[in-house]
Amino acid sequence: MTQPMFNWQIVREAFVPLLQGAQVTIEVALVTMLFATVAGIILGGASLSHFMPLRWLVKGYVLIVRGVPPLVLILLIYFAPPAFGIEIPQFWAAVIALGVNAAAYNTEIIRAGIVAIDPGQSEAASALGMTWTGTLMHVLLPQALRKTLPPLTNELIAVIKTTPLLSVISILELTGSGQAIVANTFAPLEVYVLLALFYFVLIGALSLVMRWLEWKFAQ
Amino acid sequence: MSYTWDWGVMAYAAPSMLRGTWVTIQMSIATMAFGTLIGAVMGTASLFKFWPTRALVATYVYTIRGIPLLVIIFLIYFALPAVGIYFSPVVAGLTALSIYSGAYMTEIFRAGILAIDRGQAEAAKAIGMTERMTLTTILLPQAARNIIPPVTNELIKVVKSTSLLSTITITELTRAAQLVVVQKFTPFEIYTMLACYYLVLIGTLSYLARLLDRWLKQ
Repeated sequence: MTQPMFNWQIVREAFVPLLQGAQVTIEVALVTMLFATVAGIILGGASLSHFMPLRWLVKGYVLIVRGVPPLVLILLIYFAPPAFGIEIPQFWAAVIALGVNAAAYNTEIIRAGIVAIDPGQSEAASALGMTWTGTLMHVLLPQALRKTLPPLTNELIAVIKTTPLLSVISILELTGSGQAIVANTFAPLEVYVLLALFYFVLIGALSLVMRWLEWKFAQ
Repeated sequence: MSYTWDWGVMAYAAPSMLRGTWVTIQMSIATMAFGTLIGAVMGTASLFKFWPTRALVATYVYTIRGIPLLVIIFLIYFALPAVGIYFSPVVAGLTALSIYSGAYMTEIFRAGILAIDRGQAEAAKAIGMTERMTLTTILLPQAARNIIPPVTNELIKVVKSTSLLSTITITELTRAAQLVVVQKFTPFEIYTMLACYYLVLIGTLSYLARLLDRWLKQ
């Protein structure tokens, strides 16, 4: 009798370590998204500024980040600073790399959200004598954030789908934990199928949240 | 903080990185070819009246969208041999990228066909065309126009995702750079250069895409 094709014992043993990996994935993704959203709001606002160099700076940043694969950003941010004698802790290198990437997309999302607001709103604000910053802070952003909540959730999903790349810089997030278990058990089939299921559930749940947000704001 | 930029290593790395760029381009083109094929077949299948086909396509699209590409690459390259299916790195990488990109292409094709005015399909039906004829002679040619801009976008995404193939020992651009870093210990220069290589490659593609887009709109 040969070995069974699918070893359920390994699935049971891998479950808890993978769950811990999933926790790291969620932590990294949430912290990344937090910073990237704040950066996106600042840069999204700046991209509509009247000051031309500021607009160009934001535009350049978005173009550069969009033209570089996230894996290259991760390699650059993790391996280059030590050449200057700067050691960034793994977790924060990960957050910076993913954050720089996601912030560029968030900038565009928030910019689009602000642009989509009826121009009458900012005209009314300026008629009332509000400053440009005041208009942005009190009139445009609150409305834009409501509209951009579904695409921002979508970006959170994109960030989660980028976190597996962190396994390359030996962070034990979900994929990294999976690889470590495979290295110990030599059971790639069981572990990677389970790994795929973990992501599927995680991302599926978030897609449902997004769908709900879209439905809620469509009303 | 003093740091002397090593210019020599950039010249040293150039030949292997250019070779890597060529592999990246080849893998991207092959992926796009298979991805478009999958997208065209699955996208039209998703509009059939026969519901099991629709359900099959929806399952494919949602499953792939819910799994990160790197995990799909690992499944095909590391997990399939356990059930006796062996692929070379290039075939495994190409399969993974095509299946992944194909799911997004399916949605692009579907949306492109759905965007066509209903009257077109109704008129075809009124003059007695079969469902298949309507699709191939009326809907798909018109859909091509809607589809080309998002397809060029997908091509840029594919170029960026080929960097993941470095994990399964395919010496495309990213792995070519990694190999130089291992030899020369100059991560700052090489990875900065790597980013520039991708920027030029993707910048050129976006520029061409914009030209194509403008031409299509005329």
